[in-house]
Amino acid sequence: MRLGKIGNGLFSVLALVASMGMAQAKSDIVVALQLEPPHLDPTSAAAGAIDSVLYSNVFEGLTRFGPDGSVNPGLAESWEISADGKTYTFHLRSGVKFHDGTDMTAEDVKFSLDRARDDDSANAQKALFAGIENVEVVDPQTVKVTLSAPAGNFLFNMAWGDAVIVAPESIENIKSNPVGTGAFKFSNWVQGDRIDLEKNTDYWGTPAKLDKATFKFISDPTAAFASVMAEDVNAFVSFPAPENLPQFDADPRFQVLVGSTEGETILSTNNKLPPLDNLKVRKAIAHAIDRQAIIDGAMFGYGTPIGTHFAPHNPDYVDLTGNSAYDPELSKELLAEAGYADGFTTTLKLPPPSYARRGGEIIAAQLRAVGIETEISNLEWAQWLEQVFKGKDYGLTIVSHTEPMDIGIYARPDYYFQYDKPEFQKLFEELTVESDTEKRSDLLKQAQTMISEDYVNGYLFQLAFPTVANAKIRGLWKDAPTQATDLTAVYWED
Amino acid sequence: MNLLLQSRTLIPGAILTVIFAGAAIVSMFWVPYDTTVLDIANKIKSPSFAHPFGTDQFGRDILSMIMVGARTSIAVALVAVGIGMVAGVPLGLAAAARKGGLLDEFIMRMNDLVFAFPSLLIAVMITAVFGASALNAIIAIGIFNIPVFARLTRGAALSLWSRDYIMAARVAGKGSARISLEHILPNVSNLLIVQGTIQFSLGILAEAGLSYVGLGAQPPLASWGRMLADSQTMISFAPHLALFPGLAILLTVLGLNLLGDGLRDIFDPKLRRART
Repeated sequence: MRLGKIGNGLFSVLALVASMGMAQAKSDIVVALQLEPPHLDPTSAAAGAIDSVLYSNVFEGLTRFGPDGSVNPGLAESWEISADGKTYTFHLRSGVKFHDGTDMTAEDVKFSLDRARDDDSANAQKALFAGIENVEVVDPQTVKVTLSAPAGNFLFNMAWGDAVIVAPESIENIKSNPVGTGAFKFSNWVQGDRIDLEKNTDYWGTPAKLDKATFKFISDPTAAFASVMAEDVNAFVSFPAPENLPQFDADPRFQVLVGSTEGETILSTNNKLPPLDNLKVRKAIAHAIDRQAIIDGAMFGYGTPIGTHFAPHNPDYVDLTGNSAYDPELSKELLAEAGYADGFTTTLKLPPPSYARRGGEIIAAQLRAVGIETEISNLEWAQWLEQVFKGKDYGLTIVSHTEPMDIGIYARPDYYFQYDKPEFQKLFEELTVESDTEKRSDLLKQAQTMISEDYVNGYLFQLAFPTVANAKIRGLWKDAPTQATDLTAVYWED
Repeated sequence: MNLLLQSRTLIPGAILTVIFAGAAIVSMFWVPYDTTVLDIANKIKSPSFAHPFGTDQFGRDILSMIMVGARTSIAVALVAVGIGMVAGVPLGLAAAARKGGLLDEFIMRMNDLVFAFPSLLIAVMITAVFGASALNAIIAIGIFNIPVFARLTRGAALSLWSRDYIMAARVAGKGSARISLEHILPNVSNLLIVQGTIQFSLGILAEAGLSYVGLGAQPPLASWGRMLADSQTMISFAPHLALFPGLAILLTVLGLNLLGDGLRDIFDPKLRRART
């Protein structure tokens, strides 16, 4: 009895010591992002901010992107592709439960895919599902997807945040209470401030190492700098002010990861607005731009020059920067040939990010040097979407296209740059149905070359992906192959 | 001269004002470096002999930017005060001439309406609707100057209307418009000059504020407010980027306020008597 008490006491002291040791490895994290999601349904909005919070953390698809952009098994453990490339049979993992406790079965997959490709669907990337002819439930663990034509990138498409699996039981309130299958559960959203996630203890796979994750939304660069410096946030993903990165790098409290994104930053050009509808004028603009000056001036050196709408880290990338090398003299000649020897005036409408605002001032100065005057107007995102993206009321604008493999937007004549070329549309159709890797690569290269030689837009640089984090955090994604802040493997080092 | 020395604020205020007005005038003919040409290779250089105030994030010379910015600020504020005076003074004179009448009521209630809104809010509203530009900033700042001058003029004119010499003018057969112009206006003009100086400094602050939030002068036109906004993320490693435009705004506004105070000391006989 007496001994027992001492034993108990010793044990509790030991437990205390052990728990103190444990407490050093923090189990919660505060991650800051620039943009707050408008709502929490990744399958019905274009806003990448939704995926930044929820992709892989809360929602999962049949396949998923790895940190390097590779397509890995997600909710589908394995799959078979029929010989004609038209039928995909997915074998789902067993024992997968949604956060509300219901089972994830083939019915949910059918529901999600049918909902996304429905005529009334609000999905922002309906093209991902356009090739699906039929989704068939074989048994609770097996789904057969039939395509109307072979699609080489179908597994890639199914990894997008827009293709995550949702449940019919919880779809009604998904915008405010997202119920997925991921390693984290949604717990709370304080609008204008933060979103809280907590660990899903019933997760089917490797459980998350963190118990709690909080996303905070800070768009102002000055506030972002202050919040990291004061350690109010543990990590800032896609840090908005590149000029502050060297300071963080020199501070032992922090680590700076500079990765690549799928964000082609381009000088989008209204291809139907005179005189920008003239190929020679667009070529003149391309040659008037000094990319390195923009990367140095606007991004403080972070960024890779591009010559076409394609990510340089992709194996199929062709370096076409030579097509639009900096050559103001050639630019002036081209303008003269096009009949604009005295230059012209057009509009340059800039959304809020610093790459656009600063890049815009630099481009305006470079264009002025060859005689092209620009009227700069700074727009908020809502205005930009309304006037430029939807209204097509612009001459030039600067924006980063962050979706992966989005060269297909050039095949859409109603897209805001209004590049309407049947040859490209035909090329892209061929590409969509081609599943042979080598032929696909060849077609992709042709597509890149075509838009580069048509000078559809001014191709500036691949956006860098700077993350500033506490030096003890491990497991953050360095690159951004898709819009995601995957916290499932993140942990604090002791 | 004795009169000028009576005010302790007039001379320093005038000196500061002349410095910045001078910089603005000089910038029309000559600046050390062209501010529309960027030199990225020389960005964020500390003050040196070649660039006394250093260079900004695009490699532009900050001294040149301050000079051109002075021109922008002064032009915007000057025209805005002009709008306020040209519209406000006649309204005030008319209201005073028809004291208690329907016209007086109408003018003054409209003034109250404009006054009821915070002035910068009106400016933000106007530039949001009509687009951000230096011209719209001028109009926006000008509009909220109107009631200031209208009230001031009416108040001063009312006390003059009861004077004997006005009565004499009326007996001589002069109409109210003529009396306002020939007798009232000259006697309220020193008040207007004092108020104009104060409004001028407020106009400079308003322009800087609008430009700071991106609703004032647009690039490539240099503006102090935008220089501040552009440099705020760099303040921790390049404080001179924000220091010089900040000082320029501070000193100009200070100078104009001192000048305004000094002018009031001279023009206002009551204050003069009180001091001696």
